Amino acid sequence: MEVIIFAILSIMTLGGGVMVVVDRNLFHGALWLLISLFGVGGLFVMLAAPFLAAVQVLVYMGAIVILIIFAIMLTRGVMGMRETSNPRWPVGIAVAVVAFVIVAAVLKLAGDNGLFSVASPTIALDPSSDYWKFTVANLGKSLVDPGQYALPFELASLLLTGAMIGAIVIAREDILG
Amino acid sequence: MVPLTAYLLVAAGLFSLGMYAALARRNAIAILMGIELMLNAVNINLVAFWRFLTPSTASANGLNVGMAGQAFAAFVFVVAAAEVAVGLALIISMYRNRRTVVAEDIDTLKY
Repeated sequence: MEVIIFAILSIMTLGGGVMVVVDRNLFHGALWLLISLFGVGGLFVMLAAPFLAAVQVLVYMGAIVILIIFAIMLTRGVMGMRETSNPRWPVGIAVAVVAFVIVAAVLKLAGDNGLFSVASPTIALDPSSDYWKFTVANLGKSLVDPGQYALPFELASLLLTGAMIGAIVIAREDILG
Repeated sequence: MVPLTAYLLVAAGLFSLGMYAALARRNAIAILMGIELMLNAVNINLVAFWRFLTPSTASANGLNVGMAGQAFAAFVFVVAAAEVAVGLALIISMYRNRRTVVAEDIDTLKY
C-alpha cells in the first residue's frame, strides 16, 4: 500500500516536473508546477512531516505559484505566452543527465557499502507514541528555543522583511519620486 | 516500507529537471520555475534524511532536539519565498523598462 502511494506521488512529482520543463505554454507550465508541488507535499506526509506538507500547500501552491502566474500574465505581451528554448539547450540536457547519473551512481555506491541502504527509519511511525503525537509541537518549540533555532528563525524573518521591501522598491514605477 | 534511496532518487530526478529548466529555458519566469523545482528536491532530501536517520527522542531542557531536518526545510521555504518575490519584482521591472523577459537579452551589465 505504501509503495503504491509512493509510486503515485513520485509520478505526480516527476511527471509534473517534466511537463513544467517541456510545456511551451508558460501558463500551463505553472499549472503543471502545482501538480509537481502537490506530489512533493504528499511525499512530506509520507515522511511524517505534516507541518511541512501544510506549509507546502499554503506557501508554495497557494502563494508562490499564484505570484508566478501573476508575473506570467503581466509579462505575456512579449512572447505571447509561447516560449522557445535556448539555442544551447542540448548542453542543458547533457548537464542535467550527467548530474542525475552522478547522484544515482553515488547512491548505488553508498548502497553497496551499506551507507544509505536504510530500509526502514530508526523510529517507526507509531501514531500512539508521544514522539509522533508531538512532532509539530516539537518543531515549533525548537524554532523558538534560544538553544536551538531561535537566531536563524529571527534572521529568516529579517530576510523576509528585507525581501518584501526590496521587491516593492524594485517593482515600483516611480522609484525616485 | 519505501527505502530511503527511493526518496533520494526521486529528489535527484526533480533536481535534474529543475537544472535543465534553469539552463535551457529563455523566459526568466521559466528559469525561476526551474529553481523552484530544485529547491523542492532539496527539501525532499532534507526531510527524507531526517525521517530515516536522525529523528530522535533525545531532549535537552525538556525540549526535543531531533527536529533539525524539518527546521532546515522550513528555512528553505523562507528563502524560496524571498527569492521568488525579489525575482519576480526584477522580472516585472525589467519588462517595464526593456520590454523583454528573455534572460539572454538582459545583458546591460555585460558591456
